Amino acid sequence: MTQSHRTTEPEHRKPTTATAMRLIVPLQGVVQGRGGLILGSLIPCALFYFLQFYLKRHRSPNPPSPSTSSSNLAGLPRTSSRSTLSSRGSLGPVRISARGISIAKPDDSPYYIGLNKFRDDPYDKINNPNGIIQLGLAENTSCLDLIEKWVSENLSDSIMGRDGDDLSISGITTYQPFDGMMELKVAMAGFMSQVLGQAVSFDPSQIVLTAGATPAVEILCFCLADHGNALLVPSPYYPGFDRDIRFRTGVELIPVHCRSTDNFAFSITALDQAFNQARKRGVKVRGILICNPANPVGNIIPRETLYELLDFAREKNIHVISDEIYGGSIFGNEEFVSVAEILEAEEVDKDRVHIIYGLSKDLSLPGFRTGVIYSYNESVLAAAKKLTRFCSISAPTQRLLISMLSDTKFIQEYLETNKRRIKKLYDSFVAGLKQLGIRCSESSAGLYCWADMSGLIPSYSEKGELELWDKLLNIAKINVTPGSACHCIEPGWFRCCFTSLTHEDIPLVIERIQKVAETCK
Amino acid sequence: MGLLSGKATCNTHGQDSSYFLGWQEYEKNPYDEVQNPTGIIQMGLAENQLSFDLLESWLDRNPDAAGFKRDGQSIFRELALFQDYHGLPAFKKALVEFMSEIRGNKVTFDTSKIVLTAGATSANETLMFCLAEPGEAFLLPTPYYPGFDRDLKWRTGVEIVPIQCTSLNGFQITEMALEEAYQLAQKRHLKVKGVLVTNPSNPLGTTMSRNELNLLVNFITEKNIHLISDEIYSGTVFSSPGFVSIMEILKDRNCENTEVWNRVHIVYSLSKDLGLPGFRVGAIYSNDDTVVAAATKMSSFGLVSSQTQYLLSALLSDKKFAQNYISENKKRLKQRHRKLVSGLEKAGISCLKSNAGLFCWVDMRHLLSSNTFEAEMELWKKIVYDVKLNISPGSSCHCTEPGWFRVCFANMSEDTLKLSMQRLKAFVDSITTTLHNQSNHQSIKNSRRRSFTKWVFRLSFDDPMTGER
Repeated sequence: MTQSHRTTEPEHRKPTTATAMRLIVPLQGVVQGRGGLILGSLIPCALFYFLQFYLKRHRSPNPPSPSTSSSNLAGLPRTSSRSTLSSRGSLGPVRISARGISIAKPDDSPYYIGLNKFRDDPYDKINNPNGIIQLGLAENTSCLDLIEKWVSENLSDSIMGRDGDDLSISGITTYQPFDGMMELKVAMAGFMSQVLGQAVSFDPSQIVLTAGATPAVEILCFCLADHGNALLVPSPYYPGFDRDIRFRTGVELIPVHCRSTDNFAFSITALDQAFNQARKRGVKVRGILICNPANPVGNIIPRETLYELLDFAREKNIHVISDEIYGGSIFGNEEFVSVAEILEAEEVDKDRVHIIYGLSKDLSLPGFRTGVIYSYNESVLAAAKKLTRFCSISAPTQRLLISMLSDTKFIQEYLETNKRRIKKLYDSFVAGLKQLGIRCSESSAGLYCWADMSGLIPSYSEKGELELWDKLLNIAKINVTPGSACHCIEPGWFRCCFTSLTHEDIPLVIERIQKVAETCK
Repeated sequence: MGLLSGKATCNTHGQDSSYFLGWQEYEKNPYDEVQNPTGIIQMGLAENQLSFDLLESWLDRNPDAAGFKRDGQSIFRELALFQDYHGLPAFKKALVEFMSEIRGNKVTFDTSKIVLTAGATSANETLMFCLAEPGEAFLLPTPYYPGFDRDLKWRTGVEIVPIQCTSLNGFQITEMALEEAYQLAQKRHLKVKGVLVTNPSNPLGTTMSRNELNLLVNFITEKNIHLISDEIYSGTVFSSPGFVSIMEILKDRNCENTEVWNRVHIVYSLSKDLGLPGFRVGAIYSNDDTVVAAATKMSSFGLVSSQTQYLLSALLSDKKFAQNYISENKKRLKQRHRKLVSGLEKAGISCLKSNAGLFCWVDMRHLLSSNTFEAEMELWKKIVYDVKLNISPGSSCHCTEPGWFRVCFANMSEDTLKLSMQRLKAFVDSITTTLHNQSNHQSIKNSRRRSFTKWVFRLSFDDPMTGER
C-alpha cells in the first residue's frame, strides 16, 4: 500500500483565492482504475483538509458577522479582507455566544408553553371565568392565609428591629456572608428537622443558602461534575432540571426510565444499566440525581431503596444528590425517610451525599427565593459557599425568615395543617378524575397527582399525548404538564397540580376535562 | 471518594488574592470603638454607610412598603407567589426612572430592556455567559476591581486581557493601550468579544471623560465587539466633572439605529448608590433583544426576592425622596472624601484626583523600599498587621505600577476615619526616617554587591568582549 502511495501522489490543484480551502482531487487513483489507491489518496487528503481547517480557525483578525436586525449599511464596519467575504453568512449573529442564543430561543417544551399561555389568559372567578386554570405549576396556596396572618402579627419586629436593638436597618443593608446569615442557617436547620418530625438533626455549618433551589442545583452540578460529564436521573423527572442543570454547566442528564408497572419506582438494575451504557459511549457519570418525594409522580423512595442507592453510589464512586424540596408536603400514610436519616444512623460514606431543599413548596414562599444545599463534604461546602456570591438571599427576606422559622410553635401548626389541607384537596381531585375513568398513580406526597389519561389519547404515542395536551390547554382551558415534557417513556401520563385550587374550583376543572374527554372517546 | 469537578478545585475564584486575605485578617481582629479599639480598621470594603438615616426615616414614614401592603391592603399573597423572572413591573419602572434621574434625565431607559439579577456580581457573570464562549476574552482597563477575576472568569471560562493604564495620564484609557491589549489577545490566540469598563472607575474613583468614552465607541465599532459599562457607582459622583453615561455618548452620536447600539450593555446595582448591598439588587440593561431574552431566563439562577422588589419599588417611586437622597448622599460623600484626602496629605501622601466612588486611589510609591511589587506587598503587610488598616494593594487590582493602594472612606464613622489617618501618619513618620537611613545603607550594599558580582563575572567569563555589564 505504501509503495503505491509513494508512486502516485494525487495532484493538488492550485486554488484561485489564497484563503479558500484547497481543493484536492482524491479520486484520481480510482478514475485511473487503481482501486487500491483510494485509501492511499484519501488519507493524505483528509489530513490536508484538517490542516487547512486548523489553520483557518487560528487566523486573525476575526471577520465581522452580518447584521440580522434591520440593516443600516453605514453601521457595518468596512474591511477589505478577503477572509470577511468568504466567511460571511457562515454562522449568523456570532456576536452573542452560542449558549446565549440557545437559551434565548423561545421555549418549545409544553411545560413552558403552557405556563406562558396561562400568563396571557389566567382564570379568575370573577374577572375571567373562561380563562385558563393553572394545573401546571407546583404551587401551594392552601395555607398562605396562615403565613399571611403570622406576618401581619409579627412583621414590625422581624425586619426593622426596635430602637436600641442591634437589629436596626443597618444590620441588614450591609454586605452579609454570601452563603447566608448564621442565624438563618440555625433557623433553617431547625425547620428542616421539624419537617422530618425530628427524625434527624441538621448541622447549620453544613448549610449553604441560595436564592432558591434552582441555583442550589446548578451550584452542586458545577461542584460535582465537569463539562461533558453526566448525571443519572430517574424519569419521569421535573422539566426544570433540563434548564437548571444543562443551561450553563454543560452537564448531561441521562434519564433512567421507570414504568407504571413498578409505580414508577426506580431500580438499581436500571441505574446500573444506564451507567454502563454511558460508559460505553465514553460519558463519565458523576452522580445520581433523585427527587424524593418524587416529582412529577409523587411517590416516596422506600428506606431499603435508599440503602441500595448508597451502596450503588459507593460501588461506582459517584455522588448522590437528593432533592427533598417536597419533604414537608406529605399527605399519605407512607413514611418519608430523608437520606439524611440514613446517614445519621449508619456509618456510610457521607462525603458523596448532598441534599437540596427550599421554602418554595413546603412554606409556599417561592417569591422570596430561599434554597438550601446541605452537604457532608467539606470541600463541596467550601466551593459552594464561594459560588453563592452569584445568588445570595436578600437580607430583609433572611431577617423575616429567621423570625418565622424560629417560631417553632407556629411552624409545627403550619406543617400539620398543610398536610391535612393537601390531603383533602388530593382526595377530592383524584376522586373527581376517577369519575371520568382517569386513574392516578399511587402517591403520598407532592402538590400534584400523576394521572393516566392514556385512554383518551388518539394514538399511543408522544404525538397523541401532545394532541390531548393541546386540547386540554386550548379547549378545556386547563394547563397540565404532559409526561413527555417530564421524559416519561409511557405516553398518556399528565401531572396535575391541585394545591392552588380551591375546593370550589375542583368540580369546574373536572367538568372541563369531561367535555374534552367525551370528544376523545 | 467521588472527586470534585475541575471548577470546584481550581484557583480561578481568585480567593487567594491579597484582596481577600486582608479581609480575612480583618475578620479575625475587627476594630470596634468600644470592644476592640486596637483592632484592624476596615478600609478595603467599598460600602456606603453614610446615608442610612435617610432610608430609615423613609421606612418609618412608609410602613406599608416593608409591611407587604399597598394602599393599606395586604398584597402578601401576591408577593409570596411572585417568581416571574421578568421582574415586578412596578419595581422595574421605578428602577429605570431612578437610573435616569442619576444621569440628569439626559437619557431614558426602557423597562422592557432591563433584567433584574441578585446583585451586579450576578449581572456581570450573566452577561459573560450571554456574550462569550469559554476561552474567549474581554478587555479590561487596569487597575480593575479584583472581584472581576472571579465574577467574569470562574464559571464562564472567559479570559480577561488587561488594557494597561498608567499614572502618566491619570490612568486614562488611550487608543494605543486599547490596540495593544487587542494585539496581546491575538498573540495569546484569544478571540476578543468585548471591552468591560467600570464608570465611574473602581478603584480609581474617577469618571470617564467624554474623550475616553468616544474612544471606546470608536474601538468597539472598528473591532465589531461589545462594550459593557458597569455603572454601579454612577450615583456616587460628588464633584465635577459630572457623570457621563455611555448611553449619553451613543445618543449624542446618533447611534440609535446602528449596529453598535445593540452591542453596548450597562450593568447597575443598588449596592453602592443606595448603600444596600445586603438586598442583592442588580440589573442588566441592553438594547439587544437576544441578550435580554437570554439574560432574563438566566436570571432564574439569581432572582431578586419579591419582598425586596416591592419594598424598593415603593422607595424609588417616591421621586421627592429619591432626588433628595441622591443629592444629600453626594454631599456627604464629598465631605468624607475631603476628610480622607486631607488626612492623607497630613501624612505626606497624595492620591489620584477623584470625583466619585467610595474610595481613593492612594499613591504610596514614595514609601516603597524599592519600585517592585514585592516591596508593595511588604508595605501592605505592614499596614495591615502593624498599622492595623485593611487597605487594598494595587497589585490585587492588576495595576502595572507598584505603590498604589485603594482606601475606602464611606464604610465607617468619621471618628474611625480620623483614627485611621492618625495611625497612618504615625506609621509614615516612623518609616520615613528608617527608609532614608535604609536607602543609604542599601545603596552602599548595592554598590558593594555590584562590584563583587562584576569581579566574579570577570573571573568566570574571561571574555575580553564583555567588559562591563
